[in-house]
Amino acid sequence: MRGTYCAVLALLTLSQNVIADEGKLIGTAGLNQIEGAGGGGLVPWATLSGYDSQEQTSLNVFATNVNVDDYRLQVLGSSVSLYDRVEVSAARHTFDLTSLGGEIRQNIYGAKVRLYGDVVYSQYPQLSAGVQYKDLQDDTIANALGSTDSSGLDYYLSATKVHLGAAAGYNLVWNVTARMTKANQLGLLGFGHATQDNHELMMEGSVGILFNRHLAVGAEYRQKPDNLGLGEDDWWDVFVTYIPSKSFNVTLAWAELGSIAGAQGQDGLYLSIGGQLW
Amino acid sequence: MVKCVSSMLIILALAGCATTQQSLYDELGGKQTIAAIVDNFITEIQYDAEILPYFEGSDIARFRDKLEEQLCDVADGPCDYTGDTMAQVHAGMAITEHDFNLTVDLLINAMTQAGVPHRVQNKLLARLAPMRKDMLYK
Repeated sequence: MRGTYCAVLALLTLSQNVIADEGKLIGTAGLNQIEGAGGGGLVPWATLSGYDSQEQTSLNVFATNVNVDDYRLQVLGSSVSLYDRVEVSAARHTFDLTSLGGEIRQNIYGAKVRLYGDVVYSQYPQLSAGVQYKDLQDDTIANALGSTDSSGLDYYLSATKVHLGAAAGYNLVWNVTARMTKANQLGLLGFGHATQDNHELMMEGSVGILFNRHLAVGAEYRQKPDNLGLGEDDWWDVFVTYIPSKSFNVTLAWAELGSIAGAQGQDGLYLSIGGQLW
Repeated sequence: MVKCVSSMLIILALAGCATTQQSLYDELGGKQTIAAIVDNFITEIQYDAEILPYFEGSDIARFRDKLEEQLCDVADGPCDYTGDTMAQVHAGMAITEHDFNLTVDLLINAMTQAGVPHRVQNKLLARLAPMRKDMLYK
């Protein structure tokens, strides 16, 4: 199965057919990732959400749905970006246990500061630091699995760069994020465990190609801790994003989320829509 | 997954090699296309209420000549840029990031109208991008 995705990705990479483009220089805004921060899909990036420059602010909203074999995650969120310097975000997770019944809700509040650079123009990658405070609303399952806390803080450092024309003339974007976390499955299964209750360093990455000013294709990888000893897997996805205008984007991805709370091989479609209100 | 990404990168590298035989000047379509880009760019600026004021009192004929020469030069064409440095030209203009980005959009429109393919547009933008630091907030 993975081979098929790779082949599709490679074919898209080789494709010389470019749809007529009459747009803007995309690459400064990105999307809102699954925890609400400006980023890709699973991974926060150094870019702030929105197209604001150093003289402007922006407000973004998004909705994301990830439907895998035994679970469904619904995310609603919003972010404000101020003068391309600071981003504040809020997101609501509703995690439906579609096979077992029941749901787990979680609120996530995030902040990110751009430390250096411009994703397109600076010599070195744009660099940002961020935090995500996660507050689990339904902690029955987390407690039953032995997690220590029902809230937790993630810290991360991200580097993101767009290389103009670097991929056979197409713009190439990459991101690397280092995150300190003790969240179990994003925090939906609580934070830490009696046997492993420290923040651990997790690496996350994204790579994408902009086939024209409106269409991006890429892949993401997110390393995850296994505090609960349930074999929590790293996550990855391949995505296609369509950005018809600066005020609307839609992303379709195939997400491989591995083992979640003992249920193996959780994979399925990731769909996200988002946009900039100002 | 790692294998997939690395094979993608190899493909990209090979594709990159295959297309670097001719100069960017030739890929653009030479003197004629560069002249069309600059003409279109001037028209785009004329119709943009935010950018036009930056050109108040400019000698448009000289701007046209020097920009054609500069684009020819950065694209490895048979020209040497003889105009002022970007720092000299933009000194005192106090160009904001917003207005800079907007002007890049106008240049992209100008290239699109001149029939320059997306991938060739990106290559030219990549050569111009390092000049941004001499233009912003000066």
